[in-house]
Amino acid sequence: MMLIPCPWCGDRIDAEFTCGGEAHIVRPDPATASDAEWADYLFMRENPKGLHHERWFHAHGCRRWFHMTRDTVSHRIVAVYAITESAPEATG
Amino acid sequence: MKYSLWNLLRQAPRGHRDWPQAWRNPEPKESYDVIIIGAGGHGLATAYYLAKEHGITRTAVLEKGWLGGGNTGRNTTIVRSNYLWDESAHLYEHSLKLFETLSQDLNFNVMFSPRGVINLAHNEHDLKELRRRGHACRLNGIDYEMVTPREIKEIAPIINVSRSIRYPVLGGAMQRRAGNARHDAVAWGLARRADEYGVDIIQNCEVTGIDIRDGRVTGVQTTRGPIRADRIGAVPAGHASVIASMAGLRLPVESHTLQAMVTEPVKPVLDTVIMSNTVHVYISQSDKGELVLGAGIDGYNSYGQKGGINVIEHQLEGLCELYPIVSRLKIMRVWGGIVDIAPDASPIISKTPVEGFYINCGWGTGGFKATPGSGWVFAHTIAQDRPHRLNEAFNLGRFESGLLIDEHGAAAVAH
Repeated sequence: MMLIPCPWCGDRIDAEFTCGGEAHIVRPDPATASDAEWADYLFMRENPKGLHHERWFHAHGCRRWFHMTRDTVSHRIVAVYAITESAPEATG
Repeated sequence: MKYSLWNLLRQAPRGHRDWPQAWRNPEPKESYDVIIIGAGGHGLATAYYLAKEHGITRTAVLEKGWLGGGNTGRNTTIVRSNYLWDESAHLYEHSLKLFETLSQDLNFNVMFSPRGVINLAHNEHDLKELRRRGHACRLNGIDYEMVTPREIKEIAPIINVSRSIRYPVLGGAMQRRAGNARHDAVAWGLARRADEYGVDIIQNCEVTGIDIRDGRVTGVQTTRGPIRADRIGAVPAGHASVIASMAGLRLPVESHTLQAMVTEPVKPVLDTVIMSNTVHVYISQSDKGELVLGAGIDGYNSYGQKGGINVIEHQLEGLCELYPIVSRLKIMRVWGGIVDIAPDASPIISKTPVEGFYINCGWGTGGFKATPGSGWVFAHTIAQDRPHRLNEAFNLGRFESGLLIDEHGAAAVAH
């Protein structure tokens, strides 16, 4: 169980949220990307044991997307930041 | 020592004090022909078939915890082969056939019990999907039959086949040769036989680095010192990405918690396995009498072997509607394992861009059924430096070529 600090609604139970997976994946230009680059974009993931930047969606609340940095072992939430922002460096 | 009635009788008057250790606890040597990373069922099976089928016995199986302590000891023990696509059907059927003779082969009772597996349909789409998969299975020579609600009720009287529940049972599909096996026994039996061949199973030995020179593996760094080998097979399940990153590789998998649970033990009430993708719960009864329950993964990346109570609640709601008799039972234990989910719900059993480094991962929620088959094809891949025809489609390159093996229908809930 996690208590997730939604930037709009405050602390809510994790069952209200949907996880959108790894954040900050940059889409290559499909006109010029090689098959390998496209496969990397579509399928390959960092899947780290430790801090993970990810996208979350408050499905049963404000229905807005945001970013979160979370430890994948302890589930400790380290940072919450806007969907338009890039990853905070100190938590990388 | 062979496990037999004769030896059992011989040991009885001595109070069973003279049974030898089932496997050694050796110190790591400086070098091996092959290193297997991970002493779960798949890793031990790889070492066993490397010795048995390919004569390679200078093998070390490195395990950061204790053998069989990960997903091998945490799964819900279901074995079946009713998959949709030819590639999967052949691979899982090969594994099911190995299961059928595994106890004799290992001289260790893995308690394989072909008690049948039923998949339920709760809507028209489910029925069509099951029929389609059934036709595919029969074309591949795999037993699979449609069953009506009345037949399901006869097989499993505790099920509620009333038309008035929210997701009524409209029918189902049954694979009678499927069933379950004792998960720990599979690990122990494989470990014992591999050890007899001379394989070193080294527990409490975590791999911390992979040595690569000129694009070839030369060995591993571990918490018990460096070990050399020019062939390394990684079978790290939930930690696949962690191990692969040591070799500079990225994998198309995400690690998630998969939870399972058992109720308090009761008298025998269910002698088959019943799964439902739509209501999202499956059930079987262990020999101890516990009802063994499970469903899907928790929705976010985790290496924590723990999950959310809402995932448990969700499946228990479905369970109580489908099997009202269980509603007063207490849940005795809930636990989590870390499973490596691949985008097409199919495994990766493959060579990699690093020479001599082989990866076997992506089994996701349903690896137990494939334990012997996975080890069998992975041993071939390592020994011959090329995949067997049973696993050549399950390569890492499929994510680039687009030749995915989409088994979400057969794998999503049904383990």
